[in-house]
Amino acid sequence: MAVEPILELRDVHTSYGAIKALKGVSLTVRPGEIVTIIGANGAGKSTTLMAICGIIGLQQGEIYYNGEPIHGQDADLLPPKGLCQVPEGRRIFPRLTVEENLEMGAFFRRDTKAIQQDMAHVFDLFPVLEDRRTQKGGTLSGGEQQMLAIGRALMSRPKLLLLDEPSLGLAPMIVQKIFEIIATINQDGTTILLVEQNANIALQSAQRGYVLETGRITMEDDARKLLDNPRIREAYLGEV
Amino acid sequence: MLWLLGLLWPLMGIHADGTLSFGKAFTVWLYVLAGTIVIVALVILHKQGLLTWAGAPLKMLRAPAAATTARIPTWIWIAIAAAAAFVFPQFADRYGQDVAINVLVYVCLGLGLNIVVGLAGMLDLGYIAFYGVGAYTYALLSVYYQLSFWLSLPVAACTACIAGCIIGYPTLRMRGDYLAIVTLGFGEIVRIILNNWMQLTNGPNGVLGIKAPGLYLPDWSGGFSFEHLYLKKLHYLYYVILLLAIFTILAVRRLNISRIGRAWEAIREDETAAELMGVNTYLLKLLAYAMGAIFAGLAGAFFAARMRFVSPESFTFLESATVLAMVVLGGMGSIPGIILGALALIVLPEMFREFELYRMLCLGGAMVLMMLFRPGGFITAKRLGRRSEDKEG
Ligand SMILES: Nc1ncnc2c1ncn2[C@@H]1O[C@H](COP(=O)(O)OP(=O)(O)OP(=O)(O)O)[C@@H](O)[C@H]1O
Ligand SMILES: [Mg+2]
Repeated sequence: MAVEPILELRDVHTSYGAIKALKGVSLTVRPGEIVTIIGANGAGKSTTLMAICGIIGLQQGEIYYNGEPIHGQDADLLPPKGLCQVPEGRRIFPRLTVEENLEMGAFFRRDTKAIQQDMAHVFDLFPVLEDRRTQKGGTLSGGEQQMLAIGRALMSRPKLLLLDEPSLGLAPMIVQKIFEIIATINQDGTTILLVEQNANIALQSAQRGYVLETGRITMEDDARKLLDNPRIREAYLGEV
Repeated sequence: MLWLLGLLWPLMGIHADGTLSFGKAFTVWLYVLAGTIVIVALVILHKQGLLTWAGAPLKMLRAPAAATTARIPTWIWIAIAAAAAFVFPQFADRYGQDVAINVLVYVCLGLGLNIVVGLAGMLDLGYIAFYGVGAYTYALLSVYYQLSFWLSLPVAACTACIAGCIIGYPTLRMRGDYLAIVTLGFGEIVRIILNNWMQLTNGPNGVLGIKAPGLYLPDWSGGFSFEHLYLKKLHYLYYVILLLAIFTILAVRRLNISRIGRAWEAIREDETAAELMGVNTYLLKLLAYAMGAIFAGLAGAFFAARMRFVSPESFTFLESATVLAMVVLGGMGSIPGIILGALALIVLPEMFREFELYRMLCLGGAMVLMMLFRPGGFITAKRLGRRSEDKEG
C-alpha cells in the first residue's frame, strides 16, 4: 500500500463564466515529492493551483489535503494548514518593504521568535534579500522579486508548496539558481507541486510529471520517462 | 498656454448675473502673459546655470536648516503642534475659531476615510453617509430622549458602524470601479432616506433644538455640588472637537502600525496575494469600512451638537468628494499629510473668499498644481518599516 497522498484532486471541473477551464483534472502528490504539471499557454495550469488554494470555486470534483476535503473552504484557512502558493507573476506587495513582504507570509502566525528565525533562514537561502530588506518590493529586479515571492511563502512554513512558473521571464542563470533552491527546499522536507512552461528544467528537477492540455490531464508518468517520450519532446521541448 | 487664454476668455467675460463684458479679459490676459514670460525666462536662465550665483547662498542656508530640522526629534514637532492647537482659541476671533473647528471636523473625517481609501485601498465615494448617520443619531437622541452628548457619542459610533456593516456587507465583494459606484449609490440612498422619512427626521426641514455638549463642573459656592453647563461658547466646542481629533489620531496611528493595518495594506497592494497568505480579505475589508464609519459617526455627532441643527443638505456627494480630496491631496496613508490636507482645503477657500466667483477655480488650480508637483501628496506616507530601520541603526 502506497503512502497516503498529501494532495489529491479528483475529477475537478471549474469554469470562468461560460468558459470551461478545467474539465476533469485528477492528480495526486505524495509527501516529499516534487511533482510538476506541464502544459501549453491556457491549458489551465494556473487555474488548477488557484482551485487548490480556494481562490476559484469548483463546479464538480473534490480536493483532499492530507486526507481532509478542502474544496469549498475559505482560502485564508489553508496557509495555517501548511498549504501555500507562490502565484504566477510573483505578485509580491510592491509598496511594502522586503521585510514587510516576508512578514506578510507569516501573517497568521503569532510565534514572533520563530518568525525571526524563519526570516533569517530565508535570508540564508537568498542573501540578496537581506541586502534589500528595507527596499520596497516593487523596486526589486524580476529575479529578486521571484526570490522574495518564494521567501514569503516559506515564511508560512509550508508542508506543500505550490509554485506557478518560477522561471517566468528570468535569465537562464537565475532560473538555474532558483531551481537549485527549490531542490534545497524540497530536501528540507517540503513537498512541491511545480507548474512550468519550461518543461525541460521542470522535468529534470521533478520525480513525476503530469501533462495538462486544454483542461484535461493527458499524460502522467515518471519525469525521466516523460523527458524521453518522443511526443513530449516534440510538443514541449521544441524538438522535431 | 493658448488653451489657458482661450479658457480664461469666457471665464472672465461671463458674469454670474448673466451680463457679458470682455474688456476686463484683455487686462487679465496681459497679466497672465507677462507672468508666464517672466517664469519661462527664469526657467531658461536656471537651465543654463546662470542662476547658480543666486542659488548658492540659498543652498548654503538650506543645508544647515535641514540639518537642524532633522535633529529635532518628531515628538517635539508633535508637542509644538499640540501646544499651538491648544492655545489657538486664546488668540483667534470667532471667525478663526469657526474655521478651526471646521478643520478639526474634517481632520476626523479625513483620517477615517483614510483607513478605507489609503490603507485598505477601497475607493469609497459615499463616505459622508456615515457622518450623516452619526449626526442624525445624536440629533434624534437629543431631541426625543434628551440624552447627553457624551452618552450619545458611543451610540452614534455604533449606529454608524452598523450602517457601515449593512452597506459594506453586499458591496465589498466588488472591486475597484464597481465598488466606487456602488458606494456612491449607497451614500445617496442614505441622504434620500433622511430627506424623505418625514416622521422621524422631519425631512428636508431638518431637526432643530439639538443640545450642545454639556459638562458637569464642581461648584464650590455654597458647599460642594455639580453644576451642569452647556458648552455653547465656540471655544469650548473647539476643545471638544480637539479632543475628538486627538482621539482619532491616536486610534488611527495604533491601527496603522498594527497587524491589521499591515493586512489592509497587503489587500490594497494585491488582494489575491493577500488571500493566498492567509488574510481573510473579506472580513478585513468589512472591518476597514466599519472603522472608517465609526470615526465619521463620531465627527457627525459633534457636527450635530455644534450646529444644533441638522438637515440632509449637509451630507451631499460634494462633501464626500471634499473629504476624498483632502485624503488624496494630503498624502494617502500619512496622518500629518491628511491633517495638512484638511487645513489646506478648508483654509484656502476661506482665503480665496475675496475672489468670490473664482474661488472654486483658484482652488481647482491649486489642486492641479499640487498634483503635478507632489503627486504623493503634501507629505508622502512614510512606510511604517520603522522597526527594520531601527535595527540598522
Ligand atoms: N479570470 C479569468 N476570466 C476568464 N477566463 C480566464 C480567467 N483566467 C483564466 N481564464 C481562461 O482559462 C484558461 C486557463 O487559464 P490558465 O491561466 O489556467 O492557463 P495556464 O495554463 O496557467 O496558462 P499560462 O501558461 O499562459 O499561464 C484560459 O483559456 C484562460 O483564457
Ligand atoms: Mg499560468
